[in-house]
Amino acid sequence: MKKSISFVLNGEPVRAEIEPHLTLLHLLRDELELTGTKEGCGMGECGACTVLLDGRPVNSCILPAMEVDGKNVTTIEGLIDAQGNLHPIQKAFIEHGAIQCGFCTPGMVLSAKALLDENPKPTEEEIRNAIAGNLCRCTGYLQIVQAIKAASNQ
Amino acid sequence: MEEFINIGKRIPKTDAEEKVTGRAVYIHDLKVPGMLFGKILYSPHAHAKILNIDTSRAERLLGVKAILTGYNIPSIKFGFYKDNVPLKAGKVRSCRDEVAAVAATDPDIAEEALDLIRVDYEILPSVFDPEEAMKEGAPLVHDEHVGGKEKRPTNVLNLPWRLIAGDVDEARRQSAYVAEDRFRVTWVTHCCMGTSGCLAQFDLKNNLTIYSITQIPSLAQRDFTEALSAMGLQGKKVRVIKTMIGGGFGSKLDTYAFEYIAILLAHKTHKPVKIVFSREEEFFATSPRQPAIIDIAQGCTRDGRLTFRDVRMILDNGAYTSWGATTPSVMMMPISSLYKVPNVRYVAKCVYTNNTYSQAMRGYGNPQATFAIDSQIDILAEMAGIDPLDFRLRNANTPGEITPQNFKIITCGLRECIDAVAQKLDWRQNRGRRDGRGVGMASLIHVGGGARVYKSDGCGTIIKIDDFGTVNVFTGATDMGQGADTVIAQIVAEELGVRTEDVVVIHTDTDVCPWDVGAHASRTTFVAGNSALGAAKKVKQLLLEVAGQTLGESPENLDIRDRTVFSKRDPEKKSPLGKVLRAAHYTTGGRMVMAEYFYDPANENLDREFKGNLSVTYSYGTHGVEVEVDKETGQVKILKYVAAHDVGKAINPMLLEGQVYGGVAMGIGYALTERLISQNGKVMNPNFLDYKMLTAKDVPNVDPIVIETNDPFGPFGAKGIGEPGLVPTAPAIANAIYDALGVRIKDLPITPEKVLAALKQKTKPQ
Ligand code: FES
Ligand code: FES
Repeated sequence: MKKSISFVLNGEPVRAEIEPHLTLLHLLRDELELTGTKEGCGMGECGACTVLLDGRPVNSCILPAMEVDGKNVTTIEGLIDAQGNLHPIQKAFIEHGAIQCGFCTPGMVLSAKALLDENPKPTEEEIRNAIAGNLCRCTGYLQIVQAIKAASNQ
Repeated sequence: MEEFINIGKRIPKTDAEEKVTGRAVYIHDLKVPGMLFGKILYSPHAHAKILNIDTSRAERLLGVKAILTGYNIPSIKFGFYKDNVPLKAGKVRSCRDEVAAVAATDPDIAEEALDLIRVDYEILPSVFDPEEAMKEGAPLVHDEHVGGKEKRPTNVLNLPWRLIAGDVDEARRQSAYVAEDRFRVTWVTHCCMGTSGCLAQFDLKNNLTIYSITQIPSLAQRDFTEALSAMGLQGKKVRVIKTMIGGGFGSKLDTYAFEYIAILLAHKTHKPVKIVFSREEEFFATSPRQPAIIDIAQGCTRDGRLTFRDVRMILDNGAYTSWGATTPSVMMMPISSLYKVPNVRYVAKCVYTNNTYSQAMRGYGNPQATFAIDSQIDILAEMAGIDPLDFRLRNANTPGEITPQNFKIITCGLRECIDAVAQKLDWRQNRGRRDGRGVGMASLIHVGGGARVYKSDGCGTIIKIDDFGTVNVFTGATDMGQGADTVIAQIVAEELGVRTEDVVVIHTDTDVCPWDVGAHASRTTFVAGNSALGAAKKVKQLLLEVAGQTLGESPENLDIRDRTVFSKRDPEKKSPLGKVLRAAHYTTGGRMVMAEYFYDPANENLDREFKGNLSVTYSYGTHGVEVEVDKETGQVKILKYVAAHDVGKAINPMLLEGQVYGGVAMGIGYALTERLISQNGKVMNPNFLDYKMLTAKDVPNVDPIVIETNDPFGPFGAKGIGEPGLVPTAPAIANAIYDALGVRIKDLPITPEKVLAALKQKTKPQ
């Protein structure tokens, strides 16, 4: 039995008819064709699928889409402003070499955004904690940490 | 000092914007009309006879379009030894053996169909320990495989790795000190964050297009062309198109069963078929790094000069043979040529078992060998009563040296690397405290100027320039995140007097891009870089000729800077690049401004004795680490990490640091936490909770030191750096742990349990 949900996605209202077991990740990727959100494990262990739900980072691969009904969802596609400018965190990732294969990047950027929105001047330890759920095999994380630091103007 | 505009600059990766906005298309994101989804059924047994496969129930499921088994496909053989087939018939030899495959309109339906396939097996005795597998009477993994002079059935592969230089036995007798140890390394896996996958599609004439994440587009094209022939499609074309690659690290240096399965399913259904691995499949159905049992002896004189190195290795090949079976050819490199050692013997056996089969992984055997060698250097130094730092300096390689394997060392910054690490660690101050804190170091040699593994080590480049001065570079190279696209753009831009952003590097399509042997052996910057440089030089010559005509100046007097051709004699005489191009195109009898170049380095295949100058030049490095070990818990904490690398020349220091940081993180995982646990041939930890990759909380800050030796053969002096970052990590850490506690762990990973057990052993009253 399909259920109807409405939520705000990247600033725009959306309505979707979904099977109750559908995950938010599959709603985003398969039905809404927002493939910027990545699936690295599908088991809540890698953070590649991180999106923001009312500003908080969640693993969309294990979140039933039903749960976003009435809420606010931000994906990587929603970080560019109306003029097409990148978010400062995105710019910092580019400038600091925080991106290699890029598969972890969207999730990483959103975890960073959630952190900086709540804590604009985090310590290095707070940064590391905030992205501890986002695995990256390429970078060894250091340039990602540097990028987040830079984005917080420190 | 030459002033560069593009070289040596921290230029962001050219595709970073696409990736950071989520627009980059990975194989997972690719959709084509009418696409079906393929899924694979694997064997639950490590060794069993297939008695019967019943697919009838699955066939009746709505949405199922094709089911294949080893009994209804043509004979396609693949792998280094051609001992593997896409779907198995007769028997299965490991728990990842592909037994059946389904194509369906929906991934869930395909999954459901797998559940409906019934396979009857008769379980056979199996063998998981390579030493057991070598014994007389062990179960045979491949019944038809024979070896030895008598051509008897055996699990030992016919790959007699054997390198001998000098007289090891005599040198041993002459040595003042001899250390002898057994080291063991186990399976670790690539953990590419993007799982494996492909999409195969035939046109109406039966030509194949395969969207792929391969590191070897040209060789994959050949493999798939052979497969088409086996399918009765002789003479059909294969086009390999790479999507964005979610990490490589060597995992994509072979072609795999799933790719052939997608091709077979696409052919059968006349529809595009996509297969994408789940994370669980990625863990158990892709090929990890080889485990090895390493028996090593090294000796030295009274004053600490190495006299010999004698290594015997047994490698667990697993059930099939990939290119990974040739890792001993790379293990030979540190064994023969890390530090000066005049007498060398290396014998390795690869042995079939019913385990998962291994493959290439960053470093390609070098991390395994270097763990044994450089751990033992510390052991030997202690026997000789010499500080391991001095011991290493005393034996360090030097430029101009010819090593026992006949490597010609051109540039070598090993001493500088060792010195830099010692200084950063305050070595003399901090060593030998035995108070739970300790310092350790280890070094590396790796190919830095290509590696002639195949008959060719070449790479092609085509450059064309358009009316507006945009430079299109078509390269055979592969970018999987490491930055080949950017480094090639920088090299071409520098030569042509333009900016990196004026250069567009196209590297994804075998219909367009020239040939290349693949992204392995840290060869891309050196080989593809030299190829791009060669093409850029040619195209520059053409540009200057055309400009010479319009400017009335002879080409020798012209040069290009800031996108403008100018006369060196009369700077007033100049013309923007776009204008020169338009002049070339819009004149009667006009011409194209484009050039091609094929660069195949002057390195050598190893000869029958496994000697030869494998690489034009070699990369060196030393890692140093300070650890603190908790005696109660056995936890190892890294306090300081220094990674010094002789890279020739840093074309892009930021990307270079990224390679080092990433390598070190992977290396620390190898040393301390990562391990694919295999029980009776089954991977027991196919997920990130139980397979412990480092997180952002676990990585130490790394101090990267770049030693520039400006190699005369490298593009702008550069050597390769893709793999070296993880090669000496494990021995450096093991040595630091020894310095901290006086316990030597010879078995990776160095888990807290092993540390505690060793401590207990040490304090046990004798
Ligand atoms: S894909 Fe969701 S946590 Fe890995
Ligand atoms: S950049 Fe490749 S996984 Fe993070």
